[in-house]
Amino acid sequence: MGYHTIVIGGGVAGMQCASELLRQGVAVTILEKESELGGKIRNWHKLFPTFTPAEEVLAELRSRLISSPNLAVRTGCEAAKIASDRVVLTSGEVLECDSVVVATGFTLFDAKVKEEYGYGIYDNVITSADLERMFNEGAVRLKSGVTPRRIAILHCVGSRDEKVCQRHCSKVCCVTGVKQAMELKRMFPGADIFNFYMDIRMFGPGYEEMYREAQVDYNVHFVRGRISEVSPTIDCRLQIKAEDTLTGRPLKMAVDMLVLLVGMKSNALNENLVAECGLKAQPSGFMQPRDSFLHNVESNREGIFYAGAVTAPKNVGESMNEGTAAARAVVEWLAKR
Amino acid sequence: MKRSSWTDYQKDIADDNYYYARSCIRQNFFPGSEKVFLDILSKDLGRDIYDDPLHTSCTGIGYHSDVVPLETIMTVVARQFALMSEAGYENFTSSCITSFGIYTELLATWEEFPELEERTRENLFKATGREFKVPKNLAHTSDVMFHHREEIARKAKRKLVNVYTGEPLKVVEHIGCHYAKIFPKKGIGGSEFPYVLAGMVESWGGEIVDYPERRHCCGFGFRNYLVQANRGYSIANSQRKLESMAPYKPDFIVCNCPGCSMFLDKWQYTLAEMEGTTYGQNGAGIPVLTYEEMAGLVLGYDPWELGMQMHQVDVEPLLDKMGVEYDPSAKYLGGDGKYIGRPESAIVNSCSQEVLYKMKK
Amino acid sequence: MINFGFSISKPRAIDIDRNNLRKSSEITREMPELQSCIGCGSCTATCTAGNLTEFNFRKVHTLVRRGEYQGAYEEMNKCMLCGKCRLVCPRGINTRGVVMLIKRKLGDF
Repeated sequence: MGYHTIVIGGGVAGMQCASELLRQGVAVTILEKESELGGKIRNWHKLFPTFTPAEEVLAELRSRLISSPNLAVRTGCEAAKIASDRVVLTSGEVLECDSVVVATGFTLFDAKVKEEYGYGIYDNVITSADLERMFNEGAVRLKSGVTPRRIAILHCVGSRDEKVCQRHCSKVCCVTGVKQAMELKRMFPGADIFNFYMDIRMFGPGYEEMYREAQVDYNVHFVRGRISEVSPTIDCRLQIKAEDTLTGRPLKMAVDMLVLLVGMKSNALNENLVAECGLKAQPSGFMQPRDSFLHNVESNREGIFYAGAVTAPKNVGESMNEGTAAARAVVEWLAKR
Repeated sequence: MKRSSWTDYQKDIADDNYYYARSCIRQNFFPGSEKVFLDILSKDLGRDIYDDPLHTSCTGIGYHSDVVPLETIMTVVARQFALMSEAGYENFTSSCITSFGIYTELLATWEEFPELEERTRENLFKATGREFKVPKNLAHTSDVMFHHREEIARKAKRKLVNVYTGEPLKVVEHIGCHYAKIFPKKGIGGSEFPYVLAGMVESWGGEIVDYPERRHCCGFGFRNYLVQANRGYSIANSQRKLESMAPYKPDFIVCNCPGCSMFLDKWQYTLAEMEGTTYGQNGAGIPVLTYEEMAGLVLGYDPWELGMQMHQVDVEPLLDKMGVEYDPSAKYLGGDGKYIGRPESAIVNSCSQEVLYKMKK
Repeated sequence: MINFGFSISKPRAIDIDRNNLRKSSEITREMPELQSCIGCGSCTATCTAGNLTEFNFRKVHTLVRRGEYQGAYEEMNKCMLCGKCRLVCPRGINTRGVVMLIKRKLGDF
């Protein structure tokens, strides 16, 4: 066909989309702002609900891309302006193309914004992303070097929260919290793990079963209530306050470590897509697909497509599916044009 | 403590020419504080500040106790602003946290609902014939003190340092709820990690104690403590704070709110008398200071001139640690040198009234 | 001691650090399924005793799991062991077994 598509963003959605386009004979240029492909899960340890190593998924995605002469990967570069037939990089360079797939994903919510939890102030308040890094490094330790004996995991940090302009549910944090609780329990069988949640939203196959397994087989404690503030104790632990809403009483305790399940924020670059490229965003800041059912990988502009978490919080599997779907929509559109 | 975010909460604080609004209750409980604030501003720092005898209560206590309606308090506040304009000032600074909260809230209300400001203008004009301008700058007096903290540090006669050990004094800071919990952006450092008092303490050589119940309310709560039957849960809040801070062995507590400083001081007496519990290191209470008193001590003012003899918990152990020279026998002499009477001895007090003070009657 | 005409309120918060969680861990170790409660309240909705008294099975076993044992035995005594709660529990918890276990473990509280 001789067509060329630019995929912006080399995370799981972008990689899957590119490999599918290549399979269908479309030349692809992937633009990635980091130094290598892989996106957010590059820093993730294992994926729910199967505990599959993230690296395993990435290795397969990379191997699908490696052998193609029709692929160009440009790392360390960002798009400043997008049209269906060209992408202007922040460096000013112009890349010609026949269509564009925007797979720029999301931004992790900055836990410092929820000041009451003391992230960045108290040493042993960490985020779910920090915990994955610790898992990858092979050791979860307190700042003092000792192992934690009591850990609290707080759901919905930067999700469902008017105060930080994040009204939406980030969807994947609940199951991540359950997964991390189980991993911590495997690592420290004697430790007490408390998950503080507002609702437990187990939307995917096997998730609910995993939640039950965490409760029954792993003895993870679930407290329905949101932590209101964190403060230090004299022995360098963290005092947390919440309501145990199922008993109607305030609850407090000291923990060694607090894990904040940070939500998905719309990508900071989306503002630019709206201002400079004529694309539409939803009130949440995530990009607006042309239609939620029939055209959910297409933008409001012909020849510009979406894949993955750029339009809403999604898990890895959903993002990859959208990569495939976007590739197919691109091919159809190119043929029709 | 790593307060990484306090710089995100900056506010403009006027550098000079303040119109001063007093608190209703402070002159009873911490009588020297407002006077010394005026002295520090005008004498030590050479600033212009106007203490206007015409202004009244902002009626905040009545408002928060459900006896003064919103329209009334808006008109009263409008009158204060009118007095400020008439006196030729644009920068309003209030000594009371609740007043500060009220002024902030009403300015925000008027901005949001201009028709309410219009109606207030009409009410004020009908009632008093006055007209007002909203202040160019609104700050609590602790903000003003914070603003000048480095200049005060340069003029300091002594620091917040234990003269026996050379260690910084350990200070518990307590911020009034209405300082930043209603409008976090109007407080230095926001509401979770306020820096207004911590900044003064650090600039003057002390060290802040971050303890589990630091952000908890003192329990003042207006209509709550006003009703005797409700005082049980009002005092329980102070008790919770005191229990939580005691293991850190703080040298003193500093507050920026009239109610908090009164409660944390006086409730220590009540708790000691009801349950026999004290929270200080010497078996007595923990001294409670206002930030003006703290600044006054740093600048070398005499503690009795600062009104510190009116505290419930004796301040002498702190004065000794700071190396403040004072005349024990002058404690209960008024400004005119006449004996003002002395309190009965209580569990919370460390100094034996009989032995220490041979009164010059 | 002076009487000021009021008494100091006691804290209402569940203080996990002060509570002795030994009995609670014994209970969940013997019946791990109790941890799978999702607080739906169908047990309480259908409870014969709970419709006529203050008895709230869901709340009592949740409090017990937090180490709040005071009064739990007496509350569980209100249960008529009719078994309706077990029929409705979506998590399949042996609720009658829970009643008996809590009574056995907390008889001396």
